[in-house]
Amino acid sequence: MVDFSYTFLIPLIPLVVFLITGLLGMKWKPMVSGIIGTVGLLIAWLLSLYTGYEYFLAHTVEHYQTIIPINMLWLSFTNSLQIHMGVLIDPISVLMLIVVTTISLMAHMYSLGYMKGETGFARYYAFLSLFTFSMLGLVLSTNIFQMYIFWELVGASSFLLIGFYYTKPSAVAAAKKAFIVTRFADFGFLVGILVLSFLTRTFDFSKLTEPGTTIFASSAGVTFMGVSALSWAMSLIFIGGAGKSAMFPFHIWLPDAMEGPTPVSSLIHAATMVVAGVYLVARLFPIYHFQTPQVLIMIGYVGGFTSLFAAIIAMTQFDIKRVLAYSTLSQIGYMMVGLGVSGFGGDHGLGYMAGMFHLFTHSMFKALLFLGAGSIIHAVHSNEMKDMGGLRKYMPITHITFLTACLAISGVPPFAGFFSKDEILAAALESNKLLYWTEYITAGLTSFYIFRLYFRIFWGKNTDYGHHTPHESPWVMTVPLIFLALGSAFGGWIPFHDFVTPDLAPMVHKMEWLDTIPSVLIGLVGIFAAWYLYKKESSRPKAVVDFLGNLHTWAYHKFYIDEIYLFITRKIMFGMIATGIAWFDRHIVDGFMFGVADVTMALSGKIKKFQSGNLQEYAFVYVAGALALVLTLLYVFVK
Amino acid sequence: MTNFQYVFLLRHEILLTLAAVVILIAELFTADHKKTSVITFSLVVFTIVTLASFIPAAPGTLFGGSFQGDRLTDLMKDILNVAVLIIFFQSGGYLRRSENSEKIGEFFALILLTMVGMDFMISSGDFLTFFIGLETASIPLAGLAAYDRFKSKSAEAGVKLILLSSIASGILLFGLSMIYGASGSIYFADIAQKMTASPLMILGLIFFISGMGFKISLVPFHLWTADVYEGAPINITAYLSVVSKGAAVFIFTIILFTVFKNIIDLWEIALYALAVLTMTIGNLFALRQDNIKRFLAFSSIAQAGFILLGIMGTGSLGMATVVYFMLVYVFTNLGAFGVATAIYNASGVETISGYKGLYATNPKLSLIMMLALFSLAGIPPVAGFFGKFFLFTSAAKHGYFILVLIAVLNATISLYYYLVVVKAMFIDKNENPIAFFKSTKGMRLSLAICALGIFAIGFASGIFDYILNISKLLF
Repeated sequence: MVDFSYTFLIPLIPLVVFLITGLLGMKWKPMVSGIIGTVGLLIAWLLSLYTGYEYFLAHTVEHYQTIIPINMLWLSFTNSLQIHMGVLIDPISVLMLIVVTTISLMAHMYSLGYMKGETGFARYYAFLSLFTFSMLGLVLSTNIFQMYIFWELVGASSFLLIGFYYTKPSAVAAAKKAFIVTRFADFGFLVGILVLSFLTRTFDFSKLTEPGTTIFASSAGVTFMGVSALSWAMSLIFIGGAGKSAMFPFHIWLPDAMEGPTPVSSLIHAATMVVAGVYLVARLFPIYHFQTPQVLIMIGYVGGFTSLFAAIIAMTQFDIKRVLAYSTLSQIGYMMVGLGVSGFGGDHGLGYMAGMFHLFTHSMFKALLFLGAGSIIHAVHSNEMKDMGGLRKYMPITHITFLTACLAISGVPPFAGFFSKDEILAAALESNKLLYWTEYITAGLTSFYIFRLYFRIFWGKNTDYGHHTPHESPWVMTVPLIFLALGSAFGGWIPFHDFVTPDLAPMVHKMEWLDTIPSVLIGLVGIFAAWYLYKKESSRPKAVVDFLGNLHTWAYHKFYIDEIYLFITRKIMFGMIATGIAWFDRHIVDGFMFGVADVTMALSGKIKKFQSGNLQEYAFVYVAGALALVLTLLYVFVK
Repeated sequence: MTNFQYVFLLRHEILLTLAAVVILIAELFTADHKKTSVITFSLVVFTIVTLASFIPAAPGTLFGGSFQGDRLTDLMKDILNVAVLIIFFQSGGYLRRSENSEKIGEFFALILLTMVGMDFMISSGDFLTFFIGLETASIPLAGLAAYDRFKSKSAEAGVKLILLSSIASGILLFGLSMIYGASGSIYFADIAQKMTASPLMILGLIFFISGMGFKISLVPFHLWTADVYEGAPINITAYLSVVSKGAAVFIFTIILFTVFKNIIDLWEIALYALAVLTMTIGNLFALRQDNIKRFLAFSSIAQAGFILLGIMGTGSLGMATVVYFMLVYVFTNLGAFGVATAIYNASGVETISGYKGLYATNPKLSLIMMLALFSLAGIPPVAGFFGKFFLFTSAAKHGYFILVLIAVLNATISLYYYLVVVKAMFIDKNENPIAFFKSTKGMRLSLAICALGIFAIGFASGIFDYILNISKLLF
């Protein structure tokens, strides 16, 4: 058995970097903080790669082990209620370790160029390190309580980074929105954790997810409102995951979160934090599968609905980062579908494997899309599609890498997205036709909106850029683009079914090339439609919009979900419920408190004369007090 | 046990006595114009004494059971030593005044000699040693309170203290003689075995409690506190409110837990009443004070009421919460007193209304004061919160829920007057705030230690566990 105890260093390094740059960053040149952060993460990345090599490749095993090299007792309330802090190594945590450190390293390096000269550069790197630490702590958690702590920490660091430009009102509003919406969902998560641990008497993943475990036996008969308590717990836990992963109806925070710096969007809101919900479901997959299969199906439907819904909105948006944000929602929906349709053991675990595979490939191409978008924004100083066009001549590297990512997300072979997406479709086809068709249509919409984006940015008319001609970004920004483009191009060839399966045993799986033809075709249809409408400036898009009429208006306004939220919070919660509570607080609660204060002050004035300064009186009170006590005790004694 | 071990068990007492003598001799041999060097000398000597006393010794008893030393009493004495060391560091500015130049040695020697009395009292194994220790700790205090002897307030404080203290001692001694009469022994162990409730014993118990209540400032035995605290030099006030009170709390708890173990039901009734009175009256008076010393006097009375809650929990948990609270209280209260001292030395201001606008001119001092007041009020995450929390836990474990409720209400009231001071420093406007000043090195060091203590003791959970473990060995 290999000793993995060094892995605690991987989250620790960003934490140390955070403390150093956070405390001392103001004292030295901004770039120093950036370099410390990047070098620190490089070390963490190398350690993660080494861990991946040791775990997956160095030793051939029939069955992967769940290894817990470190698990120290952190809080001990009673003998049965104890909370540990530790490191858990298993296929999905190692996978996430690699994903998080890779994307984070790319974001760190990229930001050296992208954020150069910004005020608060050192603060930015400190927050970035804090986020990386929290995310790594989350994926390595040995128990659900530790995960919850880091879960909140990623939420907090996401809040800090979205609101990085804190002088900008829209950024502050977006940060608050993200925090409040996810925090609201996290409340469900917390209640779920409490119910789950109450039923099972443990927080530990290793005990909870052991196949064939008997810890759920005692809770079998416990029901609440006709549904078993365990189903409630697992649904509530999923609500936490849905909040972080921005599943419908908690999706509203993610598009606004694009107010943060673009590398942050790429790291947190595309590749890592938003897939925490997927990771959570994968982590607890045995419980979902064996104990509460109906909740798992619900997860699949939530994912399926979100993926279609978000893809439709993505087709109508003009802010390039918002298109990518809705695309992220849609793709995370795919992952949830993968998990939702999955079985357990042997080939039945295909959906699970595909979901995690898609998590991996998506992190590559979506991070690349965001970083590419950042490179474009850096060059043209705008987020709006109308300010772009014909950029392929000015920015060749950005263009090629962006195109790679577009092909990957559209599922064109042999790019990475093709493999993972196709396996999700294959898994859905076997178990749930409705979800299969939803995802099949979404695949077409995906390639349409992404190539709409591509053609409008890089082709079409040459916008007049004035005296400021766009130019290619510096090497610190293009190197991450190229690296991620390689990942997006070839990442699909990794034999994932050998590594990540629900039962930890490599899966015997062969891809049927013929079966992939329909999904490739729909992707190509989408690309063709985008090419037809957007290859150059024309009236064709407008004709389509007019033809769709209200449908387009609704989609453009994101189906008015934000307005519904505003109506509920402003009108109903603030206007009706909160006003009553405020009245009660002001008049009854405060009135009582003021009364107490007045009585106290009056009493204080009344007894003032006892402190006269007169010695004889002091002595008298002393003796009288002692005698009063004696009489009291004698009375008690005699009784 | 070898002779050396005997001596070693007495290391606190011997070192303190030696230090007092050495300081007095050193002062004698110092030229008149260089008297202030005695301050530095005393600081060095006492720092060595404090550090040397930390060396652990095996538990044991001496003089046929009259003196007992164990890890808990050692810890108590060390806490007191540290508190006195902090006070010494804070006293430099005051002692350097010209009017004090001829009596610097006295200041240190008298304090150290009262410490000897306290340490004997804490380690006492019979009521005679206890009483002698108590008196050794009391009589020099009157001299210290009257240290500014040409100021009428200080002289008044000294006279009031010695007169009321002798009444308290007289009643205490009367009570001890009754206990002797009821049990036929003066040794704690013997009395504990023969302890049964009888009217005579109840009389003895109450007189004992009232005597200790005087030292701890429990209502209604507290009336001397405000006048003496106000009149005495501010460093002596700090000493009275932290060290003198702390020593009395320690031995009070030990004797109640050991000697009066069999009649817990009875003394808990008495403490219940005293706790309610002390918390409430202390708070009500503190609400109206403007003089910072009187304010802190009443605040320390209210805090004594909270300590009784810990004692009422009894057993090892009760003991541990009391010792832990005193440890926190040392850093907290001395932090507040230190800032008050620094301000008084620099500007002569002693009133809370005079502190208005302090944050604008002296931000660091204001922050430390705020930290100390937050800790006194028990606001998390500073140590005072944990101290109070444990005291309440101790009482709640014994089922005193109503008492805990009263304590919580009182803690809320106390929040008001602590925050009034914070408001004066940070929010209130002032045309002529206290000008910026730089305090002495010793003062700055002591305040840094206090601030560190206020944070560190709360966060280092090992400290409470340690105290709990060593009190488990005994109770």
